[in-house]
Amino acid sequence: MTQPTTVTADESALVAAFEARIAAGESIEPKDWMPERYRRQLIRMMSQHAHSEIVGMLPEGNWITRAPSLRRKMSLIAKVQDEAGHGLYIYCGTETLGVDRHELVEQLLDGRAKYSSIFNYPTLSWADMGVIGWFVDGAAIVNQTILAKASYGPYARAMVRICKEENFHKRQGYEICATLANGTPAQREMLQDAVNRFWWPSLMMFGPSDTDSPNSAELLKWRVKRKTNDELRQRFINLTVPQAAAIGVTLPDPDLKFNAETNNWDFGEIDWDEFFQVIGGNGPCNRERIAARQQAQDEGEWVRAAATAHASKQHRTVQAA
Amino acid sequence: MMVQQTTPEAAVSGVTTAAELNVAGTRGPSFGEPIVEYLLRLGDDRLILGHRLSEWCGHGPILEEDIALANIALDLVGASSMLLGLAGELEGKDRDADALAFFREGVQYRNALIVELPRGDFGFTIMRQFLFDAYSVVTLDALASCGHAGLAAIAAKSLKEDKYHLRHSSEWVVRLGDGTEESHNRVQASLNELWRYTGELFERDTIDEAVAAVGITLDRDALHAKWESIVNDVLQRATLTIPEKTVMASGGRRGRHTEHLGHLLSVMQSVARAHPGATW
Ligand SMILES: [Fe+2]
Ligand SMILES: [Fe+2]
Ligand SMILES: [Fe+2]
Repeated sequence: MTQPTTVTADESALVAAFEARIAAGESIEPKDWMPERYRRQLIRMMSQHAHSEIVGMLPEGNWITRAPSLRRKMSLIAKVQDEAGHGLYIYCGTETLGVDRHELVEQLLDGRAKYSSIFNYPTLSWADMGVIGWFVDGAAIVNQTILAKASYGPYARAMVRICKEENFHKRQGYEICATLANGTPAQREMLQDAVNRFWWPSLMMFGPSDTDSPNSAELLKWRVKRKTNDELRQRFINLTVPQAAAIGVTLPDPDLKFNAETNNWDFGEIDWDEFFQVIGGNGPCNRERIAARQQAQDEGEWVRAAATAHASKQHRTVQAA
Repeated sequence: MMVQQTTPEAAVSGVTTAAELNVAGTRGPSFGEPIVEYLLRLGDDRLILGHRLSEWCGHGPILEEDIALANIALDLVGASSMLLGLAGELEGKDRDADALAFFREGVQYRNALIVELPRGDFGFTIMRQFLFDAYSVVTLDALASCGHAGLAAIAAKSLKEDKYHLRHSSEWVVRLGDGTEESHNRVQASLNELWRYTGELFERDTIDEAVAAVGITLDRDALHAKWESIVNDVLQRATLTIPEKTVMASGGRRGRHTEHLGHLLSVMQSVARAHPGATW
């Protein structure tokens, strides 16, 4: 099917009505008319989000088998399981826009679709399980609380539900950190090292500064996004600085300083070269992450084929009966 | 379908000689209080199997199975934590569930061999899970009404979860067995490999007899018969065949494990052991 490239008179009336609804704060539902660009933006954002949940299972899954107590082992399994649930839920939400999960997974595996840059960093110690919950789930909450007011109904509703669990993950992660901070010198060192490694990559999760972010303006207009990357990043920093102080952890930024005029914590320069390297496929673990997903996909092929074959046999039996 | 299998007694006597060679004049390492040993067996089965299942996290064939296997792993580790906690309490040596999980050597583990085997492919994991789930359901069902109140309470809670696990693994066994030619062959090969580890689940030894004193009296033959009827029914629907003339493996209940357990524990215990005395 070829799409007309010029906007017809009819369509511009539809766009105007659509934008009026958004301006009035209404939510857009799957059956409503929407501009093709809106639909594509949402598919891009939602699938990126779903892929992040799924790829995000890997760095934390890496420590499930080594969790140092049964309670921690259980809560880590439960957390990674939640992330799988988030991925599934958002894939389903994306399907309401007319793409299927299979197609989205292919885009992830062949590199067309992106996922959060943070998951391309390795998890090197148990403390990373605490710091990821605290920083990464914490950053996700800052993002998603805003997305819960996004204009597309299914996405906004998914965010409300998911955010509750991310809050729980964050509290759990911070609690791991607090326990390590109160622990032995080796545990405290392990914690500080994890903070040093994850702080800057966590700030990069909000994406480039809005002046360099190609999609921001339109996303804001259509209420797909509601705050700029910089606003969200600042909010995250303001929330996190006192939490770090409370457990005696140092954030690795000598320029971090409270600004009484703006009421914000000013911070140092982010290494955007590193960010663009990571999203360009050259982060420390990009290859491993995609290889792991590809391997799961390949090794699962016979299982999915069997499930399909069995279901169609059942279907025939039911019809014959 | 003929079920050919050595009797549990024969399986036990088959390895007693080997154990006697290992430790002069005894049947392997000395046992603690029978009820403690008994709880360790139950707890270790679930800890080690839960651990194996958790290895799938992020690597499953479909997202729904990542979620399901994690959920089952969670239930099993949760049950093990209660069982080991009770074992530690009754032992009275100031060891909690974590001390028992992270600071025992392989030879002190009491799980059946079947749960420590590497996870294999999804078919192997599912077939092992099914054979264990069926065993667990019939066993917990009996333990839920045993005379040991602490154990009965844990069994009753876990039984509810395990019934769901059994339904899940049974459905997959049927799907894979009666799916494609490839899936049938793969899961049949897994069954062939796993079958020799099923005899151990129904062995009976001095520990089983001694716990009668605290109100635990299971009729192993009756449980075995119930287990067989579940297994036969599902395997038949899955168009799978039980291998004939299998010599049963044994030893886990006395700490005589496969080489796989040591590697599993060296991963599982690594952080805890690197920081003895630390709180997590
Ligand atoms: Fe999530
Ligand atoms: Fe999360
Ligand atoms: Fe469950």
